[in-house]
Amino acid sequence: MEEKLTLFKNRKRFGIEKNIDIIFKNTALVLSSFVAIILLGIILVVFFQSFESFSRYGLKFLITSEWNPVKDEYGAFTAIYGTLVTSFLSLLITIPLGVGTAIFITEDFAPKVFREIIGSFVELLAAIPSVVLGLWAIFVMEPFFRAFFVFLHNFFGWIPLFSTEPTGRNSLLAILILVVMLLPIVTSIARDSLNQVPKKLRNAAYGIGASRWKTIFSVILPAALSGIMAGILLALGRAMGETMAVTMIIGNSNAFSWSLLSPGYTISSMLANQFGEADGSQVSSLFYAAFVLMILSLVVNIFAQWLVKKFSLKY
Amino acid sequence: MNSLYYQKRLSRNIGDKFFTSLSVICALIAILPLIFLVTYILYKGGSQITPELFTLEPNPPGDDLDAGGINPALIGTLIITTIASIIAIPVGVGGGIYLAEYSKGGAFSRFIRFGVNVLAGVPSIIAGVFIYALIVSTKILFGSMYSGLAGGMALSILMLPTVIKTTDEGLKLVPNELRYASLGVGASMYTTILKVTLPSAFRSIATGVVLGIARAAGETAPLIFTALFSYYYIVGIEDLFYEMGSLAVLIYNFALEPYDAQNKLAWAASFILVLSILSVNIFSRILAAFTEKTKRV
Repeated sequence: MEEKLTLFKNRKRFGIEKNIDIIFKNTALVLSSFVAIILLGIILVVFFQSFESFSRYGLKFLITSEWNPVKDEYGAFTAIYGTLVTSFLSLLITIPLGVGTAIFITEDFAPKVFREIIGSFVELLAAIPSVVLGLWAIFVMEPFFRAFFVFLHNFFGWIPLFSTEPTGRNSLLAILILVVMLLPIVTSIARDSLNQVPKKLRNAAYGIGASRWKTIFSVILPAALSGIMAGILLALGRAMGETMAVTMIIGNSNAFSWSLLSPGYTISSMLANQFGEADGSQVSSLFYAAFVLMILSLVVNIFAQWLVKKFSLKY
Repeated sequence: MNSLYYQKRLSRNIGDKFFTSLSVICALIAILPLIFLVTYILYKGGSQITPELFTLEPNPPGDDLDAGGINPALIGTLIITTIASIIAIPVGVGGGIYLAEYSKGGAFSRFIRFGVNVLAGVPSIIAGVFIYALIVSTKILFGSMYSGLAGGMALSILMLPTVIKTTDEGLKLVPNELRYASLGVGASMYTTILKVTLPSAFRSIATGVVLGIARAAGETAPLIFTALFSYYYIVGIEDLFYEMGSLAVLIYNFALEPYDAQNKLAWAASFILVLSILSVNIFSRILAAFTEKTKRV
């Protein structure tokens, strides 16, 4: 088949038509390479802009948490720590919820129509802009959880994670709003990979007498694992880069604290907050932080793609 | 004899019941925030909608009881999203055509497809940072700094991967027989693409592109330091080169104001944004389901 197609393509053509064909092909080629140009452009621009800060602070930037434009001292530890903690903890809550929901949608617990409605509802949640989620978090979620946070502090205050008096916006709220944002991603990808597991496997498991959940845990989930893992990594990348909802609810404080009940910072919320008014070496330091964020999300993304390619289902 | 009947008390059956209820609970927890969120936005935002909202400028935050309207932000969102589409759709569709129709799965096309996936995962605020460094701080656009044009460019970076991906995948679904038939009657490659393959993939590409535009319309992070925000009416073409408001940035700015009037404006803007994005999503979903049923080829 393939040779036939090339045969047609290479047929002799005359004059203007041939030229148009060549121009068309090359235009498409140039347009497709725009992706690579933009991607490399982003990496290079952010790297060169951060060069001044990079050469001055080096890797010390990553482990100090001083952020003082007056004294010209910059370190992004609080923001990097905040980015990692909020994204990993939110993922920790999202994974069981999302995979559980995906199992609910793909198994026949409930009538099909009902499950499909739930499935598309969850996907619609992904379409809601994060700034609207942030607004909702400020005016609805924060008052709703206030009493619960006080309770957490009073009874579990001896754990460093809950050791500060809750006062309004804090990292835990950011984690919760991230859960709302990540759920649709994890659920829809997990659902797709569960749906791709061939029926044969399930029938075989039922045939030798496995119960429904034995089948799910020992046969279906392992078969769908690579897809689910990739979805989880994509969600992790999204969580690390998520800006608006987190910026609006995390409290934006550069003071480092182990406690989730105190205001915090993430790299993206630091950028959103300070970029507009920064000048001098602060801009360069912000670019450095942006570079760190970009590397983090690139690594996660590339790893996710590699995982899909390496362990994709072979049935 | 008994073993032929379902036995409730067997540990495997109890375990099954337990996990089944657990997954039902998961689904409930996943869906409750959505129902709560959507109804709250529709209720809270919908009650703020007045005719003046669409025609007035927002008043600068202060002790005023009257916050004004969101006309400039509404128009700004339309303009910025249009600019982004004008850039991203030709580039994306062209790139997608190359990947699906011309490339033969070599190193270049694999690299581009990989790049598309990576670009899709780049945090949206990084796109803003990039355009800030490239365009805003260099004043390369006729000396203007923050502008609607720069905001549109930042958004186009976010739309580009979606457009390429949907074009690529849409074209790959077109059966090869159509191409053979067209080339066989003597059509050249570009006629085949423009007259045969693109039209037959049009619906799936259009659906993906529209969804991409809807997502871009709600993006805030790339705009907060490229387009910034403006309180004033957009009157002429030269306003493209100045700060431009948008619904998303209006929500962000006014949600953080301590004044009730501004907060209400933020809710109203959310209502409009969410309603339009959700209706685009639902509409294209219905369209896609409909297309699947009536597929001709």
